[in-house]
Amino acid sequence: MAVLIYTETAKGKIKKSSLEAVNYGNHIAALTNTTATALIIGEASNDDIVALGNAGAKKILHLKNDKLASQDPQLLVIATEQAAAAENAEVIIFLHDFTGKAVAPRLSASIKAGLIAGAVSYPVLEGGFSIKKNVFSGKAIADYSITSAKKIISLLPNSFPVTLSENTAELVNFSVNLDGIESRIKVKEVKKQTAELSLPDADLVVSAGRGMRGPENWGMIEDLAKALGAATACSRPVADIGWRPHHEHVGQTGVAIRPNLYIAIGISGAIQHLAGVNGSKTIVVINKDPEAPFFKSADYGIIGDAFEIVPKLVEAAKKFKSHQN
Amino acid sequence: MKILVCISKSPDTTTKIAFKENNSQFDDAMVQYIVNPYDEWYALVRALELKETFGGNVTIINVGLAENDAIIRKALAIGADDAVRIDADPSDALYTAEQISAYAKVQNFDLILTGKETINYNGSAIGGMVAELLGLPYVSLATKLVIAVNTATIEQDIDGGTQVVECDLPLVISAAKGMAEQRIPNMRGIMAARTKSLTVVSAIDSPKLTAVKSYTLAEGRIDCKYINSSEPEKLIELLHTEAKVI
Ligand SMILES: Cc1cc2nc3c(=O)[nH]c(=O)nc-3n(C[C@H](O)[C@H](O)[C@H](O)COP(=O)(O)OP(=O)(O)OC[C@H]3O[C@@H](n4cnc5c(N)ncnc54)[C@H](O)[C@@H]3O)c2cc1C
Repeated sequence: MAVLIYTETAKGKIKKSSLEAVNYGNHIAALTNTTATALIIGEASNDDIVALGNAGAKKILHLKNDKLASQDPQLLVIATEQAAAAENAEVIIFLHDFTGKAVAPRLSASIKAGLIAGAVSYPVLEGGFSIKKNVFSGKAIADYSITSAKKIISLLPNSFPVTLSENTAELVNFSVNLDGIESRIKVKEVKKQTAELSLPDADLVVSAGRGMRGPENWGMIEDLAKALGAATACSRPVADIGWRPHHEHVGQTGVAIRPNLYIAIGISGAIQHLAGVNGSKTIVVINKDPEAPFFKSADYGIIGDAFEIVPKLVEAAKKFKSHQN
Repeated sequence: MKILVCISKSPDTTTKIAFKENNSQFDDAMVQYIVNPYDEWYALVRALELKETFGGNVTIINVGLAENDAIIRKALAIGADDAVRIDADPSDALYTAEQISAYAKVQNFDLILTGKETINYNGSAIGGMVAELLGLPYVSLATKLVIAVNTATIEQDIDGGTQVVECDLPLVISAAKGMAEQRIPNMRGIMAARTKSLTVVSAIDSPKLTAVKSYTLAEGRIDCKYINSSEPEKLIELLHTEAKVI
């Protein structure tokens, strides 16, 4: 038996969220008296292997197969299913991210495993197997029981801190049988964002709304993000009128994020906006209206004109960073 | 072109969330229900646009009890041709997907569309499950969909960007923002919807693998600490020493 964790690299390096998933899987393995096995598909460096071990994997299945290069979920499911069978895995962990949303549901249907998508807690084993997940776009949490023998959990990224140990993992070159199976999805073009930090992965996010009055005023927002090493985001109307690109739109109908720090500037804090950001650990709100609803969801607030406050914050952030170095 | 659009019922986005029966059930006494926005704005409207271009038929499918007929009529008012309701409580994702695929299996749809997730359970699961159960390709989080002859060209969100993929029909797609623009039903649509066919189909036997035991509201923030606007540098200091996030 084992807990199998689906892991990934991005930009040639193991993703931080994958290490979080391995940590999480290792915790479940300890609860169920088994061990954690990480599955990694495609290229993986020695550093990645070490990191997966340090995160708690006892074994790593490294799988290279050209047919999986297209990332077609249908093929990834077949591969993951074979890995789960080889390890006799009863619990399989994904992240509730782009890949997890494509692969986990297919696998659930294929092996008839109950799926909890967007888990935010460790499972509790007393009286069955139960686990908490976010519902109502982050406005509530539901405690679910899973009754199937096999279980799939996709973890909401940034739900647990990553702790590393000196643990090392046994590395196994794993191969799968994909004879006669061809991907029906052809990838024509991949457009990666030019921004260095992708929003869902960012620990720090500086976000701004209609209070900025126009795209020409975003310089100070970008300056603040740069000074802090943060990604930028925006409210929906700002993306809708084209002041900012759509991938920056956070909220119920945009991207849901849970960074360590979310700074909201000139955003009123509508319920649909909050739904995508209220999982953030610390929220700062800067708004000239003391009645702005966002202050009710903030840890820190500054009431005042963003056009005066933000440039001062940029200077303070730069000074802070230079003292740190 | 024969298109199936899976729709779900969700509470209006401004709903104040509350629970009853010892926190074991969602309290919907005051709730206004809507068609899940992703299903309506993106999946359904794009399906209608494709029908307008290529001809064919757009069928709505919903797994739910009789109370769902109101939102199904709304989807018909926007322009779908007919609807099917599988008479069952959609409380587990795989159970729900089994119901949809049992119906779709014998219908030979060219295209099956879902929204990218529901705004109440946020599972993002039904599309992938239906695809697996039908043995079809699945393209998730699609922001653009163009069809030429028998091939779909789709732009989808992926980790750190977007990609363009091609896939022959039939396939399953989950629709995200960008795929279409919301349509408001007009009077003619609303009148026509009253007489469109809504077939109720009984559920197939299938196990439910997950169940909600209880709910809790997400914790609100206790207090907002205000910093004087004349000394914003204080904020940077507090984020470092107190919140420890920078
Ligand atoms: C179904 C549905 C889904 C939605 N989904 C989303 C979503 O995913 N994400 C989202 O963001 N919205 C969403 N919305 C829209 C949402 O309801 C709000 O309309 C939107 O979030 C408001 O954006 P805003 O805060 O930027 O603008 P506004 O509400 O116009 O607020 C601007 C704020 O800026 C402040 N301000 C103005 N000037 C200054 C200044 N000089 N200095 C400091 N502060 C200033 C004002 O006091 C005000 O609070 C959705 C709506 C619906 C109906």
